[in-house]
Amino acid sequence: MRKYTPKDNVQGKSYYTDRFWVAPRVPREEVEEGSHFEAVVNALGNQIKESYIEVGQLVVHIDASENFSVLKTLRDECGYKQCSEQSAVDYLAQDGEFELFYQLLNHTEAKRVRVVCRIKKGEAIESVVPLFKSANFAEREMFDMFGIKVNNHPYLKRIIMPDDWEGHPLLKTYPLHGDEFASWYEVDKIFGKEYRDIIGPENRDPAKIERYDTKRFSRVGYEVPFGADISEGEKEQAIEYSETILVNYNAGTKQLDERK
Amino acid sequence: MSQQPNKLTPFFENLNFERDDNTMVINFGPQHPSAHGQLRLVLELDGEQVVKAYPDIGYLHRGIEKMAENMTYNEFLPTTDRLDYIASTSNNYAYALAVEKLLGIEAPRRAQVIRTMLLEVNRVISHLFFLATHALDVGAMSVFLYAFREREFGMDLMEDYCGARLTHSAVRIGGVPLDLPAGWLEKLAAWCDKVDHEVEHTYEALLTENRIWKMRLEDVGVISAEEALSWGCTGPMLRGSGVKYDIRKEEPYELYSELDFDIPVAETCDSYGRYRLYMEEMKQSTRILRQLIPMYKKSEPRLMAHAPQYISAPKEEIMTQNYALMQHFVLVTQGMRPPKGEVYVPTESPKGELGFYIKSEGEPYAYRLKCRAPSFFHTGLLQEILVGTYIADVVTIIGSTNIVFGEVDR
Repeated sequence: MRKYTPKDNVQGKSYYTDRFWVAPRVPREEVEEGSHFEAVVNALGNQIKESYIEVGQLVVHIDASENFSVLKTLRDECGYKQCSEQSAVDYLAQDGEFELFYQLLNHTEAKRVRVVCRIKKGEAIESVVPLFKSANFAEREMFDMFGIKVNNHPYLKRIIMPDDWEGHPLLKTYPLHGDEFASWYEVDKIFGKEYRDIIGPENRDPAKIERYDTKRFSRVGYEVPFGADISEGEKEQAIEYSETILVNYNAGTKQLDERK
Repeated sequence: MSQQPNKLTPFFENLNFERDDNTMVINFGPQHPSAHGQLRLVLELDGEQVVKAYPDIGYLHRGIEKMAENMTYNEFLPTTDRLDYIASTSNNYAYALAVEKLLGIEAPRRAQVIRTMLLEVNRVISHLFFLATHALDVGAMSVFLYAFREREFGMDLMEDYCGARLTHSAVRIGGVPLDLPAGWLEKLAAWCDKVDHEVEHTYEALLTENRIWKMRLEDVGVISAEEALSWGCTGPMLRGSGVKYDIRKEEPYELYSELDFDIPVAETCDSYGRYRLYMEEMKQSTRILRQLIPMYKKSEPRLMAHAPQYISAPKEEIMTQNYALMQHFVLVTQGMRPPKGEVYVPTESPKGELGFYIKSEGEPYAYRLKCRAPSFFHTGLLQEILVGTYIADVVTIIGSTNIVFGEVDR
């Protein structure tokens, strides 16, 4: 029987896990009375679902619909003037949800708060750009990487990937080496989709290293001296170059661009 | 837009003249020598004044956060070199510290001394690089040559320690891999003297009162404190706007709580103030390095934390004791399994707040790793501070933000 590989999470997995092993948890502490964090928790009141201190920082779980009001309270009443980071974690496989976090910093107290909320797949979150301008780029990156829509963002557009990209690279369903769209992206864009067959997967990647080619680059991972014979008796196959690069378009019999 | 990009006819994307109004759209980069890497900046100009600026990033995207989800914790460490490649050790350290906080371990004293030394050497290297490229962008060619000279000597120090000049990987999770080589401290002390001397007698003598330099930098790229906070500016960009906040002082890590150094602040909020700040920070870094030399001599020669569940035993033990070898084998083949939990650890990299957010589900692979890179947010700021400036100042402002695209695009 073929080994089962889950499709909803294609990221790196340990090849062996002791079946009786239970992962411990980073200790979570209660918010101490009279501390700065207690004032923060009191200021937020019943908007907090859960709060604790993890590795010296207050973590506050809230409802996703209240993210703007919570961050506004934190900024105006608790002195958290800077949003250092904002992003998401993909929990679609387990819960069908994204976990969003906002990392805030209070400069006068030198304290940090992480506001955490969860949204369902396909739900949008309210933008916090009116409060923290740093969220402008951060939310765009989150949209680019996870496909999470942000309501009322001034310019919600892909930021790191090209504008015409398909898929969101940091999803757990997205493979590390890219999906089919990613591997044919340049060919599709320059020549058109119909040229996938003509160019072929072997010429798709101009940086591809031939198996027996030790003249220009030795085999990755099995380095050998320059020009060594590593064929082990196998017949040498000529290196095939992309026809689209070498072919003289005017002289050749094969008319590549049939659309003209 | 009359000409549409198509598959075969060339498209002059750098200029666009045919518009209804008087503005001209100009494309700056991504291969512009002053773009500090791969910054593409689309500027809308009215005459010589910038009306709209749109920073476009992503030309150096390598998916480092994605790679982190597919690598064990120790495997990923050399990848962090490629974030801010001007000061690699700061990235290695920020990542190692985040994982250490997750594991709840602390590096031994000598490792801390060495790490703090490397961090400060990297800070000076990075600041010298900033000075060199910033001066070159503005037009001071000779400063570039002088600053790179001292930077080379600093990279020689790094090479003596770890064998690499740019991609150091000089820090490990739980400590450092090597002790300092013989004679390194003397070389370090000599280099500190040299940097101090050069900062005072070459760079500052050439630039600080230079009429052209002042005309090009003063009142250029002014960022108010509120703007800086709102845009997520950190490090010299924030201190250059009059906010005295240095993570080394306020949330001390490593040995910074024991060290005596000042946090310079510039009240002018302009590029010139930031330049002065960088110069002052270099002097403070050499001051820290001088204090660390006696600390090293007093420390015990232990380099890696003792946490057999997470960190391999020293080589002697692995070679002599069976159980240490078995643990080492498991740690190398499977990778360490930190406890479940999430952690965000900020550090003061030369560019600003470099933080790693790690979400662990108890697996040998991080469930999510987010690298909070200072340059990313400083690039976002460009869309606001460039508006209203003149095209001649654009390069000055980009240089003054000191962005490095390895960590912008990740």
